Formats: sequence, structure tokens, C-alpha cells
Amino acid sequence: MLGFVIRRLLMSIPVVIAVSFLVFLMVAGSGDPLADLRARPNVPAAVIQARREQLHLDKPIVTRYAIWAKGFVKGDFGNTLGGQNVRTLLWQRLQVTLRMVVLATLIAVIIAIAAGVISAVRQYTVTDYSITFLGFLFLSMPVFWLAALLKEYGAIRINNLLGTQLVFTVGEATPNLTGNWFHRMGDYIGHLALPTAALVMISVAGWSRYQRASMLDVMSSDYIRLARAKGLTPRRVMIRHALRNALIPITTVVALDFGAVLGGAVITEKVFSWQGMGSMLIDAVNNIDVNELLAWLMVTTIIVILFNLVADILYAYLDPRIRYD
Amino acid sequence: MTEVRREPAAATAAGEHQPAGMQPGTPEREFTVEARSQLRMVVRRFLQHRLAVASLIVLVLVIVASLIGGRIWHYGFEQVGPDLSRPPSWKHPFGTDGIGHDTLAQVLRGAQKSVQIALLVAFVSTGFGTVVGALAGYYGGKIDTALMRLTDLVLSIPAIAFLAVLAARVRHGSGNWLFIALALSALAWTYIARTVRATFLSLREKEFVEAARALGAKDRRIIFRHLLPNAVGPIIVAATIAVAVTILYETSLSYLGLGIHPPDTSLGLLISQNESAATTRPWLFYFPGLFIVIIALTVNFVGDGLRDAFDPTQTRVRA
Repeated sequence: MLGFVIRRLLMSIPVVIAVSFLVFLMVAGSGDPLADLRARPNVPAAVIQARREQLHLDKPIVTRYAIWAKGFVKGDFGNTLGGQNVRTLLWQRLQVTLRMVVLATLIAVIIAIAAGVISAVRQYTVTDYSITFLGFLFLSMPVFWLAALLKEYGAIRINNLLGTQLVFTVGEATPNLTGNWFHRMGDYIGHLALPTAALVMISVAGWSRYQRASMLDVMSSDYIRLARAKGLTPRRVMIRHALRNALIPITTVVALDFGAVLGGAVITEKVFSWQGMGSMLIDAVNNIDVNELLAWLMVTTIIVILFNLVADILYAYLDPRIRYD
Repeated sequence: MTEVRREPAAATAAGEHQPAGMQPGTPEREFTVEARSQLRMVVRRFLQHRLAVASLIVLVLVIVASLIGGRIWHYGFEQVGPDLSRPPSWKHPFGTDGIGHDTLAQVLRGAQKSVQIALLVAFVSTGFGTVVGALAGYYGGKIDTALMRLTDLVLSIPAIAFLAVLAARVRHGSGNWLFIALALSALAWTYIARTVRATFLSLREKEFVEAARALGAKDRRIIFRHLLPNAVGPIIVAATIAVAVTILYETSLSYLGLGIHPPDTSLGLLISQNESAATTRPWLFYFPGLFIVIIALTVNFVGDGLRDAFDPTQTRVRA
């Protein structure tokens, strides 16, 4: 297993290099980061020239990539155009986004498994049709529209009902928050509630359908018929025999989808005005900030690669018939 | 004659792959029952799926309305009238916005852009993905490795970053829906390529391919006459899913300000512009969103019905 992991990690190095180089070319070629500076009146040419040299804009693009890659290997992400250290910025933003994405994924997995299993056990009943229809509905809803609906019907109505500001619609935390630990957590949760709910609904929609399909698949297998024939209680058959095997596909699907959830958080963050990875990406694109954008790209790509690896390892662990060595 | 004769009995065996090249409705002398062609069986099974049929009707209506509605409706999407922020009425069924645009005209225009992009993406990505998947699946070996490495590479680029960077390039270009469609296609083909490859891998080992080869059929003939027609089911289903995914992607891009730009409009852009009006002027916010949901939902239902029609082993619907 260790050999497999090492081999896979080595194989992903060329992918990381290719992706970063490709996106570097695209960003660097997408415009002039100094356009704002040039547009300003009365900026001496010497200042612009100095800035160009500082940002290595006078060098060929491959050299610029090499400079960036050298820094990256040493753990140095460089500075943003505004002069901020990218690594500090990245760390702040990553915490904010992961807080939302990880919580949403955990909740979504639990709900999706439950919904999928109920749907499969009660196949072709009203329950099954309702769950399936809701799944399709959320699958067809743009997350920004759903999130805005949640703001409208979730937050504002609940707050009015309770008469206090319990659920927040804007930002990841109240700025300059003071108070004890308990107070801070309450504030975090109040801000997390809506974005998490939006992400959960979208994820559950897709995953519950996988869970339903794999549960149905397992339920029609011979060993379930055998377990029933042995006279085990239906509950025991479902949970010990069917569910355990039906969980194998969903684990890999969730691990593979984590990257998409992370990317999708860009939109959720915009709806709720969070200062996370998403706004970092949009800022980087708008400012043509190569360092900032590649930091985002590297973190996201590496997380996706790691989760793909986790998916394969989980698969082998859960299904002993699979061997990688 | 290089075609393998189809066993009439196999025509009723669900999910069985058959070599194509037979004329539909070829009389089978030994049997009194009329043989149904693959296509007719698929259509028959699809028509039994009531939700899918209803969805298809709604979808066609919405698509037709979005493609030609903007030309018939007596307000232009850029036209500004004297009625400001009016709720829905006979004159303006979807109301008007703060500067006097007719919301129905804007929603129709937005839907037109979204539908155009989604259809183009479905065509381009299905075409390209099918070619890549067919070559990789049929020839295997080095060609397969090279093409699949390329597919994996495209799959590892975070889509949102790729699209955002590309979109930023054409910030000031007008009529950029074509560009957005091509950018989305550049990513969407991977999924179809993988589906087609998997289908071809399993099909090429089948006896009818061997028989065709034994009869002297060339690679091109085997791919186009024997393999591709049998892979049509998964391809069409994948293309349908591509439409639904593209609609959501395109609206999301426009919402982020990276897709269609004013003065043109799109459903995502309308929602982003009117987000703050959800409470005070709900018609500005709800109608564009409803259009997205209706299009994506009906496409998904149609796709589901098609999947059942092409692969009846998964369901209890019988034909």
C-alpha cells in the first residue's frame, strides 16, 4: 500500500507542473497587471520600468514561471501586487473556506446516506418519489439562487420570529468580535448556518442518488437473499449486510467530489460576502495577479489530487477484493 | 456483405448490444412478429416514461420561446419604457425593473443566451469527446495512454479557475457567448470521452466485432457502422447531462461577472443584478431563477428518461 501511495504521489508531480504552467501562461497572457498604473496621469516612465523589473515583467514568460516555481518549491508563494505576503493571505482564506466546506461535506454525507437508504428501501413509494424529486430539484437549482432564497426565507424570517439577529447573511464572522469562547463560537455558527445549508442541499441532491442506486444494487444480490433466508431480522439485514457494502461507492464519490465542492464554494462565498478562497480567486483574476492566482490553484489542485488518492485507498480498504500491489 | 445478421430474438432481449447496419424493419421470414428496430424500442420505452415526456414538451416550449420569443415580444431587452419598478401586469407580465426594462424581454434574452451556449457546448463537447473516446477505446495501447493522460490533465485543472482566467481575457469583447461556449466545451468533453472510451472498451471484445473483422471490415467501418451506433445511448445521455450542467455553469459564471456582460444579458446576470431586490421587487429575482430551474430540471428528467429507455436493465419500465 505504501508503495502504491508513493507511486501515485510521484505520478501526480508532472500533473501539478503541467497545470501550473498552463494556468501561468493563461494568466500572464491575459493582460497587463500594470494597466492601472499606466492609466494614472503623471507617473514617470522610470517608476513603471522599476515596477516591471520588480515583477519580472521584462523577462520572458518561461523565466517568470521558473522564478515562481523555484519560490514555490521552497514554500515561498511571493507577494500579491498590493505587496501582501501570499502565504499569509492564503492561510487566512483557506481556514475560512475549509470551515464552510468541511462542515457542509460532513453534514451532507450523513443526510445523503440516510436519504438514499430510505429511498432504496421504500422503492417506488411516495417517500422514494418525493426524495428523488427533491434531489432532481436541488440538482437543477443554481446555488446562488438557492442561497438567496435561503437568505430571504431562512434568515430574515427566523430572525424576525426570534426578534434577535441569530442567523447572519453576510460575512464569515462579525468584525472585531470580542467576548469569550462560547460567544465567539455562537457567532461563527450564526454565520455558517446559511452557506452550509446551501452547500449541503446541493451536495445531498447528487450523493443521495448514488447511495440509492448502490443500495438497490446490493439489495438484489444473493448474499442479502441468503441473509433473509437465514431468518435475520430485516433491520439487521439492512444495516449489517446491505448498508455496509452499499457505502463503498459513496465514499469514493464524496472524495472525488470534494474538489468540485471546493470550487463551488466560490459562488457561495460571493452570495454571502465571505472573504475566503473564492474572493481570493476572483480578486486575483481581476487584478491579473499571478502569484495570488497560482497560490489558489496549487492549494486546490493538491487537495483534489490528495482526495483522489484517499478515494482509491478507501476503496481498497472497504473492499478487500481490490489490491493495488 | 459485411454486416452480421441480427438475430430477431435478440431484438427483444433488453440491453443486448447488436451490430448496426440493418435497415429498420427488415422483414424476418421465420418470424410472424414484426421485428422492432432499436430506435423504435427506445422511443417506445421513452414514451412510457410520463414525467420524461412531459418534461420534453415543456423543455421544447421553453427552448422555442427563448430562441424566437425575443423577436416576437413587443419590448426589446434593451428598450427602456416609462414604467419603473412595476409589478407584473397585463402590459408587463413579468413586471419592469428600476430603469424601465421589461423583465419578460430580459428573461427571454437571458434564456436565449443560456440555451444557445448550452446547446453549442453539448454539440461541440459531444463531438470532440466521442472522437477522443472512440480512438482511445478502439485502438488502446499508446494512443489510449496519450489521450487519457490529456483527459486527466484537463480534469485536474480546477474548472472555475480556468473559466475565470479565460473570461477575464474577453472582458471587453461584445457578443462573447460564442467564446464562453467554447471555453465550457474545452472542459466538458472529458466526461463524454471517458464514457465513450468505456463503452468502446467493452464493445470491441464482442463477437460481432470479431465477425466483422473476419469478414474484412476496415477499422473505420467497424468504428462507424458497428461500434458507434451501439454507443449512441450513453453518448446521448451524456450530452443531455452536459446541457444541464452547462446551463448551471454558464449562469454561475455570469453571476460572478465572468460570463455575459452588459448591455447584453443572461439569466445569471439578471439574478446577480437583482439580488438585492428579492424582498422589495420579487419579480425581478424570481422569474430568471425559475427559468433556470425549469430548463435544468426538465433537461435532467429527459436525461433520466433517456437513460432508462436506452438501458432498461436499471428499471422496471418495460417495452
